[in-house]
Amino acid sequence: MEKMSRVTTALGSNAISGRTMFCHLDAPANAISVCRDAMQVVVAGRNIFKIYALEEEQFVEKLNLRVGRKPSLNFSCADVMWHQMEESLLATAATNGAVVTWNLGKPSRNKQDQLFTEHKRTVNKVCFHPTEVYMLLSGSQDGFMKCFDLRKKESVSTFSGQSESVRDVQFSMKDYFTFAASFENGNVQLWDIRRPDRYERMFTAHTGPVFCCDWHPDDRGWLATGGRDKMVKVWDMTTNRAKEIYCVQTIASVARVKWRPERKFHLATCSMMVDHNIYVWDIRRPFIPFATFEEHKDVTTGIVWRHQHDPHFLLSGSKDSTLYQHMFKDATRPVDKANPEGLCFGLFGDLAFAAKESLISSDANRKPYPGGDRRYPIFFFKKPDPTEQFAHVSSALSVFETDLDSNRMDWFVKTAQLYLLSGKPFAELCDHNAKVARELKRPQVSTTWTMLRIMFSDPANLTAPGPNPILSKLGTLPLMNSFSMKEIGSGIGTESRLERSKGESRQDNIHLESGNLHLTNNNEENEETEGSEGQAEYMFGDAELDDDDLYSMEHDNQTEEQEYILPQEAFQLRHEIMDNPSAPEHLQQDKADSPHVSGNEAEVTCLTPIESFSLISISQPLFSPHLPASFFCPIVREMLSYYAEQGDVQMAVSVLIVLGDRIRKEIDDLTQEHWYMSYIDLLQRFELWNVSNEVIKLSTCSAITCLNQASTTLHINCSNCKRPMSNKGWICDRCHQCASVCAVCHHVVKGLFVWCQGCSHGGHLEHIMNWLKSSTHCPAGCGHLCEYT
Amino acid sequence: MIICTNKMEYPLRSQCQRVQKQVMVNSEKERMSLLFMKALVSRGSVDAVSQQMASHPQYLESFLRTQHYILHMDGPLPLPYRHYIAIMAAARHHCNYLVYLHSAQFLRVGGDPLWLQGLEAAPSRLRLLDHINKVLAHQPWLTACSHIQTLLKSGEQCWSLAELVQAVVILAHCHALCSFVFGCDTDSNCVPLSKSPNGTPPTFCPFDAANGNTNVPQSLATPSEHITRRRSLDSSRDVVCLKERIQKSQEEREKREERLVQTQTLHQTDMEEEEETICFTDPSCFITDPEFCYEEFAHREEDHFQVFRVQDYSWEDHGFSLVNRLYSDIGHLLDDRLRSVTTLPSFHNPDMKRAIWNYIHCVLGIRYDDYDYGEVNQLLERDLKLYIKAVACYPDATKTPVCPLSWAVLKTSERIHVNLLIMEARLQAELLYALRAITQYMIA
Repeated sequence: MEKMSRVTTALGSNAISGRTMFCHLDAPANAISVCRDAMQVVVAGRNIFKIYALEEEQFVEKLNLRVGRKPSLNFSCADVMWHQMEESLLATAATNGAVVTWNLGKPSRNKQDQLFTEHKRTVNKVCFHPTEVYMLLSGSQDGFMKCFDLRKKESVSTFSGQSESVRDVQFSMKDYFTFAASFENGNVQLWDIRRPDRYERMFTAHTGPVFCCDWHPDDRGWLATGGRDKMVKVWDMTTNRAKEIYCVQTIASVARVKWRPERKFHLATCSMMVDHNIYVWDIRRPFIPFATFEEHKDVTTGIVWRHQHDPHFLLSGSKDSTLYQHMFKDATRPVDKANPEGLCFGLFGDLAFAAKESLISSDANRKPYPGGDRRYPIFFFKKPDPTEQFAHVSSALSVFETDLDSNRMDWFVKTAQLYLLSGKPFAELCDHNAKVARELKRPQVSTTWTMLRIMFSDPANLTAPGPNPILSKLGTLPLMNSFSMKEIGSGIGTESRLERSKGESRQDNIHLESGNLHLTNNNEENEETEGSEGQAEYMFGDAELDDDDLYSMEHDNQTEEQEYILPQEAFQLRHEIMDNPSAPEHLQQDKADSPHVSGNEAEVTCLTPIESFSLISISQPLFSPHLPASFFCPIVREMLSYYAEQGDVQMAVSVLIVLGDRIRKEIDDLTQEHWYMSYIDLLQRFELWNVSNEVIKLSTCSAITCLNQASTTLHINCSNCKRPMSNKGWICDRCHQCASVCAVCHHVVKGLFVWCQGCSHGGHLEHIMNWLKSSTHCPAGCGHLCEYT
Repeated sequence: MIICTNKMEYPLRSQCQRVQKQVMVNSEKERMSLLFMKALVSRGSVDAVSQQMASHPQYLESFLRTQHYILHMDGPLPLPYRHYIAIMAAARHHCNYLVYLHSAQFLRVGGDPLWLQGLEAAPSRLRLLDHINKVLAHQPWLTACSHIQTLLKSGEQCWSLAELVQAVVILAHCHALCSFVFGCDTDSNCVPLSKSPNGTPPTFCPFDAANGNTNVPQSLATPSEHITRRRSLDSSRDVVCLKERIQKSQEEREKREERLVQTQTLHQTDMEEEEETICFTDPSCFITDPEFCYEEFAHREEDHFQVFRVQDYSWEDHGFSLVNRLYSDIGHLLDDRLRSVTTLPSFHNPDMKRAIWNYIHCVLGIRYDDYDYGEVNQLLERDLKLYIKAVACYPDATKTPVCPLSWAVLKTSERIHVNLLIMEARLQAELLYALRAITQYMIA
């Protein structure tokens, strides 16, 4: 029998042909099935039941099986199957629980043949035996599977899955007596058709419903299942225990799965919800679909390969009321759009980089990695037909080791800890931070801080000696010779900075390019872009000591006046915002205010004659004193972006916080948020929790400030039984005692509660403070030597 | 280490002991006791709802887990928003109990007290939700793709899909909970486990932990006269009958309102001592269009509103995937809840459960292809049907009188069981309508 069917169905000389085409249906389809000769397809749904002929150029409606004025629910199909042996025989599963067979050979308009109403709930699936003409299997929501002999009026056997609704039933292609059933609770069962009393085998395939299963057409033991958990799994059933051999993770629940004919590792899937595409997967490459059909506008409900020996034609029906024939050659190949490069940092700062070999080998300068063969090329199988395989991609993996010492991030940690971001007048903050940077041998950063102070402070305080050394130094530098000295005051500093940063970024571009060219041996350069300390001093290097000495002299007399002119208003306002982040009005107001502040500054600037430049401006004409702080904003913004791009996001964020309103509105919120996130991430990697929290607190982005509102869970021990309190709240699971009782006064603590992490006892803050002043032991009498810090 | 626990100022010990005494009597109730204890410490009171559900511990557990997740755990909406949405939902059914409960929680999580003055005072984003709240509460079949579109339309006040899904889940949860509260309130056999010491009718007490009371709401209404009527055959006459009863209760309602004003003043003097004050506002200030209420689905024009076919959009196949995608994990929690209510051991006849479930869905316009609705009439007595309909569709203590139901046949736990079924069926129905609309929006 089987052999015969093989002969009749094998692709003969009259190979099928066609093109990608579609037709509109009157109603959404629930399922489709194809006739053995691959020339007709039946579409079934709640309001549709039609047969279409597949012609070269189009679908042609052949027959409407939905007859009668007001068709009964028996016509509302959840599933349909065309018999693969008998061309005139169809079966449908009705949503009302009926199993109906249809005989196309009937002379009357109504082709309904048999009606079985044995199921109590919706029938989800019907399946003809692949080789036996009269055997039909059904699976229903009521949890039963029934086997019908079409020569009889009722079912011949009933199988009880004992595990909720049946979602799919499939006869094995190879084992005459075996069928598989998948269930809503995640189980898959194997049954012997002769033994209705008990399943042969059961295993849990998915979490949540298993919507579909499909036997491999050639490989006896392979069963593919798809579930609501968005996975397709391939099981090897030949072993004692069903073994998962492949798993494909899709992006939505899997409604149907169908093995592709003649391609051992290919299967097609479509989704129940949200995702409308049909995917063809190579199960050995589970991360990217082999091919995608994107024609449907609503979920695809039925997929079927047109001919069981032709892998190039796929038919699909959809809720969008269309029926498609997809040609495989017209499929989208996601792999073409995929980005085949990967980059990852190792635990110790090693950098691994994988890219298409073509990209890397085209580079003539590529040198072998000195530390042995560090390339791990991955080659994929070669194949005769390029359209039938994944594109030939071979990647080269390069690993860049880093010298541990050059990669020290000590400076980062120290800087993070020592920087002051708030709580003092602006100028003091800048000076402090400049000093920190200088002590860590980061002169560029240090100078930046100093310049920021100059730019945004009251110019009146920039008394004579201040900028001069810088300027004179700059003047002596060859690079600055071409630089016009017409700029005034503090402006000159920034201009030169800008100039410099441009030069530097150019320099870095070159570094990066050369990095690409010499991927294997440029660790040093790569690392330096991280820290920016290596190349920092080429301009200001020798100048730094002098000018900072000079600045430090003026610190004392400067502060008071600065406080007066530039009050901490900015910071206070910011605190308000932080405390009440849900009130955007404050923010608005705040923003509106800040230009005003700078306006004031500007006026002050105008009034103040700047004597300081007399030294260098001998040959210069008088310069205009109009230089509001906002004048520098674009420059500062550029500087911040420069630092951020250099990888020193720490600097960017610190400056952002210290400058506060002066600069905040200049930089778009998304960038700010991005910087904050990166810096906070870095801080947390270095376990600088306090600093990271301070940064979160000081930030003005609402997306950031809400970070320390999340995961505020605190794990505590019960003070009674000293076990961890798994519970929310203050009642212990085990001893049912309240854990928040003050050890001193034995009352429940309201408000501030302090406790010892050693013995879990605690109480009112002031009680414990007082107690521990006079005693070192725990007030609860447990003998623990508590420590109050 | 210093931890600020400003928000945990509960006189825990006394409450805890009380609960312990109450529930530890029976060692079988150990599990219950633990659940209560957990609820008590996390919220400061074991609310009456949980106490009512205590007869089904397995369900209660998953109910509390879900509720805790949607109101307190990670999610796209800020905490005050969540409680405010809950207030809006409960106000739709004039459920004072839930409105107070969530008002208190709203303030506790730092909500702006101004908002509690009414919907007008709330941000316009929340005001936008009013329409879908109204529709979902009373005529969920009206939920349309266009509503979703309005909410998601880009602009300053727009909702994100994830936020909207959470909002919808909260709305549906609270609407359904109103049904349960209403259903249980009518239960005259319900003996409160504890009474508030100050003599104020507990329903009027905000369920505020600072009170130090574990309050149990009693019905606002004194049980109205038992009306016996001829059996009517079709459900529309049930509604007529219900409506007559509603009218009859108007007088009573007015009387009650007088009392309400009195207790209100009483209550306010009480509250002055409390640290957290809640302005006693009429729930109706959180809603618009108060006249909008349930209408018979069957009476709508046939072709105007298509019947919702579960076979075309079901929770298991479609709803779950969508809701879980947009609001992670909620699908599993709700799934668990629905599952645990269907597996509750109770009824003598397993078909009864399905009949109740399908009947509720039927009055809300959801049909099952594979169900013979004739069974409903066979299995459910008319009184029970009337009761189910009242609880599912008119859970409004200010409008509907207590529905007569000869409960003699059912044990306490079974009564609760019916109420749980009503709640879950309603929850699922609202979710299905809302999620289908969202799906349509996503396709369009």
